[in-house]
Amino acid sequence: MDIPRYWRLRNQRYRLEGSRCKECGSICFPPRFLCPHCKSAEMEPYELKGRGKIYSYTIIHQAPDIFDKNVPYTVALIDLEEGARITAQLTDIDPDDVSIGMPVEMVIRKIYEDGENGPIQYGYKFRPILFTDAGS
Amino acid sequence: MNRIMKPLKPVGIIGYGAYVPAYRLSAKEISRVWRNGQDRNYLPIKQKSVPGPDEDTITMSIEASKNALLRAEIDADRIRAVWVGSESHPYTVKPSGTVLAQVLGIYPDTVAGDLEFACKAGTEAMQAAIGFVGSGMAEYALALGTDTAQGRPGDALEYTAAAGGAAFILGPAEQAAAVLEGSYSFVTDTPDFFRRAYQHYPEHGNRFTGDLAYFLHIRSAVNTLMEELNLQPNDFDAVVFHQPNVKFPRKKAEDLGFTTDQLKDGLLVDYVGNTYAGSSVLGFTAVLDKARPGDRILLASFGSGAGSDAFSFVIHDKITEIQSKAPQTMQYVRREKQIDYASYARWRKKIRMQ
Amino acid sequence: MRKVAIIGLGQTPVREHWDYSIRQLAVQALTEAMKDAGRSNLDALFVGNMLSGALAEQEHLGALIADYAGYAGIEAVKIEAACASGGAAVRQAVLAVASGQVDTAAAVGVEKLTEFSGKFTSKGLATAADADYEASIGLSFAALNALMMQRYMYEYKVPKDDFAVFPINAHHNARFNPNAMFQYDITLRQYRKAKPIADPINLLDSSPISDGAAALIIVPLDKVKGQDNAVEVVACEMATDTLDLANRKNAVWLKAAEKSSKKAYSVAGVGPGDIDLFEMHDAFSIVSVLSLEACGFSEAGQTLKKANEGYFKIDGQLPVSTMGGLKGRGHPVGATGVYQILEAAMQIRQEAPGNIQVPDVRYAMAQNIGGSGATIVTTILSK
Ligand SMILES: [Zn+2]
Repeated sequence: MDIPRYWRLRNQRYRLEGSRCKECGSICFPPRFLCPHCKSAEMEPYELKGRGKIYSYTIIHQAPDIFDKNVPYTVALIDLEEGARITAQLTDIDPDDVSIGMPVEMVIRKIYEDGENGPIQYGYKFRPILFTDAGS
Repeated sequence: MNRIMKPLKPVGIIGYGAYVPAYRLSAKEISRVWRNGQDRNYLPIKQKSVPGPDEDTITMSIEASKNALLRAEIDADRIRAVWVGSESHPYTVKPSGTVLAQVLGIYPDTVAGDLEFACKAGTEAMQAAIGFVGSGMAEYALALGTDTAQGRPGDALEYTAAAGGAAFILGPAEQAAAVLEGSYSFVTDTPDFFRRAYQHYPEHGNRFTGDLAYFLHIRSAVNTLMEELNLQPNDFDAVVFHQPNVKFPRKKAEDLGFTTDQLKDGLLVDYVGNTYAGSSVLGFTAVLDKARPGDRILLASFGSGAGSDAFSFVIHDKITEIQSKAPQTMQYVRREKQIDYASYARWRKKIRMQ
Repeated sequence: MRKVAIIGLGQTPVREHWDYSIRQLAVQALTEAMKDAGRSNLDALFVGNMLSGALAEQEHLGALIADYAGYAGIEAVKIEAACASGGAAVRQAVLAVASGQVDTAAAVGVEKLTEFSGKFTSKGLATAADADYEASIGLSFAALNALMMQRYMYEYKVPKDDFAVFPINAHHNARFNPNAMFQYDITLRQYRKAKPIADPINLLDSSPISDGAAALIIVPLDKVKGQDNAVEVVACEMATDTLDLANRKNAVWLKAAEKSSKKAYSVAGVGPGDIDLFEMHDAFSIVSVLSLEACGFSEAGQTLKKANEGYFKIDGQLPVSTMGGLKGRGHPVGATGVYQILEAAMQIRQEAPGNIQVPDVRYAMAQNIGGSGATIVTTILSK
């Protein structure tokens, strides 16, 4: 049970909390303590909106132990609108329908359950943009 | 005794949101597996919604709440209560509400908790939120009714036990799209349907669940509400009842003097099944999506055990501004991806490995 | 700094070694290397290993192996850099001798992946990735490489079949290496029908889970110059990149491979055109491609075309994976980097089996890659 990790990362996993450099404005996910561009230590939390496009993807058929029951599932690298790139599972999509460049949006889903007794780990996944004519 | 319930300060709905998962399982498919298709002409609904393998009451509540926040257009941290009504909380001990509060940015200045009252846990949460806001304890409160209902494989309830839910942000009436006129709750000890601790599936009393449970409680709640508010069935533009199947709410409407026209916008059970704590409130969001200023809407839940909450809401001008700010309920209802019983059994852990 | 040379080589066959423990494997390779070097004294031991803790419940390999190999008391330490652990251990041994602090150093790469059931192995291998942002959300190690392969296929519009040339070549060369795990050929037809692992990567794109150990003895060059068994280490350079794939602007360019190879070329005073053979890190077919491009052996997007024209075959312009590579010889993770350098040294010493001996090798290069390209060690050897 990686409870401290889950707890520590919850704002990142729940709300895509990355970081923004106060000096040069560059946005990072995961958040960093030092700006990789200008080396400034003046970083502030920055919530990403959770919309982007697929940069690459793979359909996993042989998964690490805890994800074994979920195969086949899709993971992708996603270029977020703000410029950061994120690794995430895709959900609510047939693996055959995934393509590079596809617009996607963040949702919160179960990432895995730590056995029958352990904690349920929630976090970001991405799905094809559901409704283009509603919300913002 | 003053039977009608009204908050000290007028309260209304300033934001609402729905969620229904993408997947559908047809009643015919369940019939094929368990009855060889022999009851295909007597099925209670056409199909039910099924949550994806990574969905549960918490994840569905999150999306419904995000939709409610899009409509409310308030900073999440002004919400001071998160109450999740459900009979399928992912944890038996550990609140769903705290996950929501963290995800939505409502924490830490808030109360958060889970409610259970079978299918009326959602309106129970609304009553609590109305009281919280109406008493002045909070400016805004978030109430949810969401479920991933479990039906025992092969049982009559398996045809309808579905997933979905709705979220409401209650706040001051002057900011509201739907203002509460009054509510009334009617409760008796009636063991029509229950699930004991550590059991996966509920038990029910077959026909006992009709007359003495569903019909008696809704009738008592709705009649008292109308009496106290001096209202007649034709004063309402729309009415939403708890909808365990197609037949019950239709019969109830007829008995109480409502028309099928008043019932139709909020009757979703044929497309999504019985979403339990989400059932009446999900129908209510579909009605709000179509409501016009000046409309009066009746909402009456039913929860086994048993009880009914009845509410009368009057629609205000703000409704037209907020309807299109988030996905509409019928958009979720219409995105349907049919699955077979095998996928359903796998996803819903109907196949027990040990 | 002193110039250094390799004078001893030792290896175990790469297999599923059910009958040998991690210490037995390491001792076998080290003993053979010391014998090959004709030495009995060792000053320092650097053990390249990734997963002994996770998969054999044994850390602290330095002291353990020094003791069991008969060198109790010497300086000994484990070096870990995921799949680049072996190359990193060699780098440490080279630095130790070059600095003048140590006269005889051994680099031993050893890995025992088959101790527990397979699910622990894949979980263990995934620890090479970013635990918080890759492995814990469902990415396997193959998945990260598949993300690179999918993007590569998209950017350069190449069909998956084109990648088959690398595993086919690796298997073909492995046929003649008695220490290789897979001593048989595979066909395009088999490649097409191979089970998917993380699409587009299939089983025949992937190197196998294996056990093994390899050892090198490193000494100052001036003491052994002219000796038949002496091979000069003209460069052994390491570079790193972001651990997670998402934080690289271009996921189909191995920046650390470019950096470490450029450093190596510059130290050795050579260019890619001077290299006679390349033991590359073909853990997955896509990694072969990206490694060749970043090292300047082919232009971005052109590698598969070149490969399918026979450029990288044993009799081509730049033979690669001459002893089977990771795909054919096997990939005992932390030992792999040492095997690669050992094989390059065998080629220079003209000790490779006949069919896979590359004639007239002046410069041989090896590149060992950790994770999805976060640690890369490039080594150039010369006669
Ligand atoms: Zn900066």
